Amino acid sequence: MTVFLVRRLFTMVISFLLMSLVIFIIIQLAPGDFITHLMAQMSGGGMRDEYAREFAENFRRLHGLDQPKWIQYFIWIRNFLTGDMGHSLLHGRPVATLLGDRLALSFGISAGSLLFTWLIGIPIGIYGATHKNTIGDHAATFVGFLGLSIPNFFLALVLMIFAVFVIDQPVGMLFSRAYEEAPWSLAKALDLAKNLWIPIVVIGTAGTAGTLRIMRGNLLDMLGQPYVTTARSKGLKERIVVRRHAVRIAFNPLVSTLGMSLPTLLSGETITSIVLNLPTAGPLLFEALLAEDIYLSASILQFYAIFLLLGNLMADIALTGLDPRIRLE
Amino acid sequence: MRSPDPRPAVDLDVGLATGFWLPIWRRFRKNRLGVASGIILMVLYTLAVFAPFFSPYPFDEFHGKVKFAPPQRVRVFDDEGRLTAPFTYAYKRQMDPETLALNYHEDRSTKYRVRFFVRGEPYRVLFVISATRRFIGVEEGGTIFLLGTDVLGRDLLSRILKAAQVSLSVPLVGTFITVVLGLILGVASGYFGGVIDDVIQRFIELLLSFPHIPLWLALSAAIPPTWPSNYVYLTIVAILSFIGWGGLARVVRGKVLAYRGEEYVLAARAAGARNWRIITRHLVPGCLSHTIVVATLSIPGIILGESALSYLGVGVTPPMTSWGVLIKDATSIHAIVRHVWLTIPGLMITVTVLCFNFLGDAIRDAVDPFAT
Repeated sequence: MTVFLVRRLFTMVISFLLMSLVIFIIIQLAPGDFITHLMAQMSGGGMRDEYAREFAENFRRLHGLDQPKWIQYFIWIRNFLTGDMGHSLLHGRPVATLLGDRLALSFGISAGSLLFTWLIGIPIGIYGATHKNTIGDHAATFVGFLGLSIPNFFLALVLMIFAVFVIDQPVGMLFSRAYEEAPWSLAKALDLAKNLWIPIVVIGTAGTAGTLRIMRGNLLDMLGQPYVTTARSKGLKERIVVRRHAVRIAFNPLVSTLGMSLPTLLSGETITSIVLNLPTAGPLLFEALLAEDIYLSASILQFYAIFLLLGNLMADIALTGLDPRIRLE
Repeated sequence: MRSPDPRPAVDLDVGLATGFWLPIWRRFRKNRLGVASGIILMVLYTLAVFAPFFSPYPFDEFHGKVKFAPPQRVRVFDDEGRLTAPFTYAYKRQMDPETLALNYHEDRSTKYRVRFFVRGEPYRVLFVISATRRFIGVEEGGTIFLLGTDVLGRDLLSRILKAAQVSLSVPLVGTFITVVLGLILGVASGYFGGVIDDVIQRFIELLLSFPHIPLWLALSAAIPPTWPSNYVYLTIVAILSFIGWGGLARVVRGKVLAYRGEEYVLAARAAGARNWRIITRHLVPGCLSHTIVVATLSIPGIILGESALSYLGVGVTPPMTSWGVLIKDATSIHAIVRHVWLTIPGLMITVTVLCFNFLGDAIRDAVDPFAT
């Protein structure tokens, strides 16, 4: 276990550094930099050319944008590792204060969507496997595929309309006015849940088909296994055979593909939050990418990477708990 | 004298092994959902290729007097309930005195005959065929907006058909790039192994482990706004397929690894075949069926990705348009609620992606009936 963890942590550090490099290269691909964007917007704003140039030079020097790109990268990653994420060029405030709760909310919504996916997908998957090729099975698969096929942004749009015009609930915020500034409490958490169902349903429906299929397919496999036949021939009730013997093992692939489904969840979270304009990391990232606010976008993307690396690690550890045949060595 | 055919008579529909593709086709044909999806997709692609022929209007023609007009019905019964030649009523505009919103009603006093194969603005199909006939039109003075109009009074049906050309071609071009990259890198990884394999596999892991949308956003935000729209189109396609090839390369690598040690490959090598011949003659054909499956299943992701990017405004740029752009053009949720027909492009995306999902699923079942 210790050897495994040490080795895993080592590869995680390597992946982390590689990802940070790739991220930094990608966000630097755009022509020009933040200040050329700003200048393009301000041109015709009445600033004399020499002042504009001087302002640009000062700004670049202040934020290290005058350095070669690879030095920019080293400075950024060194600061990031020491906990200093730099200043957002767009907002003129430290990245850390801008992010605040936003990242936590992003990850929370992703996790909530995963829960939603499993709560819906697993029971339907079990039903599908035990009622193979019935009308119910086909209908469930169809609905699952439908959820997979509706674009996230479109479903978000439709649910937003539903919320605003049918049940008269404002969107684009996670807390009602009364709780916005309030400290965390049970009431505030409930309030959050009330406002959170739209993004969770949107992101969750996209993943339900996958969960459903995996669960159904594996359970079907398990139901044909000799040990299930043994359990049946012992005279156990079918319900117990399915629940205690087959379903338990059929869970494994769900957990082992968790690492692969996390990026999808985060993807869905990003686009849904942008469409609904939720106060999560998504809209901030989008804004930063468009304005070439490199420190802000690089930091958010890097946090996504950390979240995924940790998620993968936890999935691996959970798998050993679930299946005694798998050992971490 | 001809010797009698030693082969027993085979009823083709019972299906003994007759080649590689025939059994696959038979299994596929049994999947009704898959076949239906395939047919719907063929119809959609036909409509897209001949978009100008099927659109009543040029896609960018403005009709300033009929902004946000609701879909018009083609009627075949006149006011007395008698069957007549198809016609449309004129629009009657009324301003709501309270909300100041324009409402459209049918003006029952004015009828316009619907005409088929009418002469209209000249157009081109597939870049070369010039024509002027359009499938459907209406008498001089009348209008035929079968799916209504948008904010600028442009015919939505014509715009949806035009947008289909982008929305439906992006996945094909993207899948082509995915397949080429996936095959080359997958074969290289599996056949040569060693350092090449390690580098490619680690790179794929990196790609697959990162969320697509943020990566796509980052890459497409980097496209200079000054680029012409066909450059932007190609770049978007490249960005979308940049991630997809990883999954395919992994599958191909696994297959190549397995086939590499097979007798027929060893025999080919013993006979003096070079790497290139072994790869193209003996390894790639073995991966073909799986390649088709992975390629079909990668299409939905590309369509969804393109529409999401376009919806957010970092996708295809004017004068090109796609279904995602059309929804963005609906301007606001208030506009969408008051003009429900503006959501039709969203339904088009959903139907297309659904069909590709079913089709890919059916192909997978046909190619590999034992997979779960």
